[in-house]
Amino acid sequence: MSSSPTSLHLAVALDGAGWHPAAWREPVARPGELLTAAYWTDLVAEAERGLLDLVTIEDALGLQSSSRTEPDGRTDQVRGRLDAVLIAARVAPLTRHIGVVPTVVATHTEPFHISKAIATLDYVSTGRAGLRLQVTARAHEAAHFGRRTFPPFGPDDYRTPAGRELVNGLFDEAADYVEVVRRLWDSWEDDAEIRDATTGRFIDRAKLHYIDFEGTHFRVKGPSVTPRPPQGQPIVSALAHATVPYRLVARSADIGYVTPHDAGEARAVVEEIRTEQAAAGRADETVHIFGDLVVFLDDDPAVAAARRERLDELAGEPYTSDAPVFTGTPAGLADLLQDLAAAGLTGFRLRPAVAGHDLPAITRGLVPELQRRNAFRREYEADTLRGLLGLTRPANRYAATATA
Amino acid sequence: MSKPLKQIHLAAHFPGVNNTTVWSDPEAGSHIEFSSFAHFARTSERAKFDFLFLAEGLRLREQGGEIYDLDVVGRPDTFTVLAALAAVTEHLGLTGTINSTFNEPYEVARQFASLDHLSGGRAAWNVVTSWDAFTGENFRRGGFLPQQERYSRAKEFLATTNELFDSWHGDEILADRRTGTFLSDAKAGAFVHKGQHFDIEGQFNVPRSPQGRPVIFQAGDSEEGRDFAASSADAIFSRYATLKEGQAFYTDVKGRLARYGRRPDQLLILPAATFVLGDTDAEAEELAREVRRSQVSGATAIKHLEFVWNRDLSGYDPDGPLPDIDPDPGEHTVARGRAQVRMYRDPSAIAREWRERAAANKWSIRDLVIETGNRQAFVGSPSTVATTINDFVQADVSDGFILAPHITPGGLDAFTDRVVPLLQERGVYRTEYEGTTLRDHLGLDHPDDARDEREAS
Repeated sequence: MSSSPTSLHLAVALDGAGWHPAAWREPVARPGELLTAAYWTDLVAEAERGLLDLVTIEDALGLQSSSRTEPDGRTDQVRGRLDAVLIAARVAPLTRHIGVVPTVVATHTEPFHISKAIATLDYVSTGRAGLRLQVTARAHEAAHFGRRTFPPFGPDDYRTPAGRELVNGLFDEAADYVEVVRRLWDSWEDDAEIRDATTGRFIDRAKLHYIDFEGTHFRVKGPSVTPRPPQGQPIVSALAHATVPYRLVARSADIGYVTPHDAGEARAVVEEIRTEQAAAGRADETVHIFGDLVVFLDDDPAVAAARRERLDELAGEPYTSDAPVFTGTPAGLADLLQDLAAAGLTGFRLRPAVAGHDLPAITRGLVPELQRRNAFRREYEADTLRGLLGLTRPANRYAATATA
Repeated sequence: MSKPLKQIHLAAHFPGVNNTTVWSDPEAGSHIEFSSFAHFARTSERAKFDFLFLAEGLRLREQGGEIYDLDVVGRPDTFTVLAALAAVTEHLGLTGTINSTFNEPYEVARQFASLDHLSGGRAAWNVVTSWDAFTGENFRRGGFLPQQERYSRAKEFLATTNELFDSWHGDEILADRRTGTFLSDAKAGAFVHKGQHFDIEGQFNVPRSPQGRPVIFQAGDSEEGRDFAASSADAIFSRYATLKEGQAFYTDVKGRLARYGRRPDQLLILPAATFVLGDTDAEAEELAREVRRSQVSGATAIKHLEFVWNRDLSGYDPDGPLPDIDPDPGEHTVARGRAQVRMYRDPSAIAREWRERAAANKWSIRDLVIETGNRQAFVGSPSTVATTINDFVQADVSDGFILAPHITPGGLDAFTDRVVPLLQERGVYRTEYEGTTLRDHLGLDHPDDARDEREAS
């Protein structure tokens, strides 16, 4: 568990110049460098200076859009991005403690490839890797692959029977995807490499396992080509807004990112996930529930509000989000986080409205404030992301079977 | 007038799953920890090599129905480890094999374009094909691709990724804070590809990368493979590093370029080679014999014979004579998950030839397998190795070599410290990187230059 009963976990969600669509126009933004290694290295190093548990890196298989369902053809916002797994791998050797958690899209990618990619990220970060699972029903992204088609799907379609069926199907597929990825991570026992010169055997093949997964969308034989990663099981996380994704978090994830707007809502979400977790037989496992918040932070609340207004004006519309938006001081945010934590959230993933401004405000304003309240670590207490999250290194499911 | 000396290209291959790494050597380190890859890459960069190369495997090899356990087994994901290596090197090219069968063009294009951005223009792709259902059992697509379609899918795959790479011209990102214009063109990245294997459209979401397109490598020795390389690749991994075979391959492949409107210098020919160094030639020869004995245990020798015989030969004595039975002519089922000897030649002919050679030289099975090891090895003192490499390149055996040491990760250290300076003294090898991108190192055109010419004309 956490280092102290009141200690929070903190993550930061990195996306381009920041989460506000006009963030790139701020003087501190580096809009011409969003596709460079230096930009990402600097952001993650800043997050590590703040002793954060992890960074997530957003991704998608299509251009960014102000529409949730289709491209918008806009030229006044950041468009174009790099593959999140590669960004994570590029920054990992240059950091030492912070978790690196790229987004992966389950809908169009191969669990075999992703399993070895995240296992390798765990090797290159020496035990700090995770993934953030995402599904997509966007028709235009499916057209980039040409293997499946989706009907046009808007926010209202969640309520129709066909919409529900589509969403349920995508999340069932994602659950299978995680199951394949996790089995592949376990498909080598930790001591499978024996280098036994007397028999000439490099591995003990009895410690390698076919995963033989068969589901609606995949049939994957295994074993992985990559040995079991340092953490055994890197961290699996997902953003969730409703019952179906809550169930995925409860069954398959180590961290769920949720978006309650007050303590009451937070309590309800936590209760729903805990109930699902128990139903899935995972009641004794640690599943973190992090609240997601977009943050505009300044030492003077009026300055923060004015900055948000200025950005909205540049964007031509008020900023809205799936997550609650906090505008104010680091101390005010610390109050809110502690209030939400009391409702059962175990940590937070903060989305800096302007990466170049609000990330340092988190690391140099919020973090010291939480430390003063004895609610956040003063130094990294573990070498792995699992360690930072208070998770033990899991036993290998196949080894356990063998000794049972 | 003598013609000017060719400049030698050198690169390093971190051996993945293989039977040449002497993993039992006390100096052999991890083949999976990142520190090994970082050491190997830093040494390669110290040697001013053009690039580091990683091969790919998507299913563990099996033999006789069991996972093959005698070689190094296990490897990292290509893209992930290359991106991480970009963090610990500044100039070294980063070349990875990625299969065109069990991937999709949009995803591979965005991974290579991302790697090129994150490395400042050092990405290269070795395009390979596969069709087999054995590997397909790990993937959604399964193993349904008919063998004869593998090059057709590969060609269309590469053409499609090129369309995606070219879908951004490189000048679209204005990021003009004052006017609020981020992109100059709302249609940046737009593409439509309708073909036999891919029917896709939309907008590519990675803007043009420093090299425009990654450098393209190809391996494959068939007629189709040679033509594919001559038409579409920047470099080809050749299997031929001996004098006569190498020259024949070199002449053949370079001769094919004109058919595609290309110059001979637009395709580099780079065979794989190993090396063994000693203080004297005699010492190196002795060491090389020891290395070969370490690489080919009795058990390994029998398994290698099974690749050709396609039969269980476990009852044979590796120190005894070759089997007098003939290879099983049926479908190859004994060894799975490797590019088999049987793909290239008639196994009965190989068996006949091997029996004759073994009888004439009084070789055991193990001796035979050691002697027929198919890679060029440069063996000798540093001076001898430098001379031989240079002679081979000047004689058009190749444009350079991709070196795979038998020890990882430290196996390049001695080559770097002792052979590279000799090549530099002779003026046939760079003393500093002249440019920053892999295209610079390889002397290749930038794809944008060709496009600019087209647009100007």
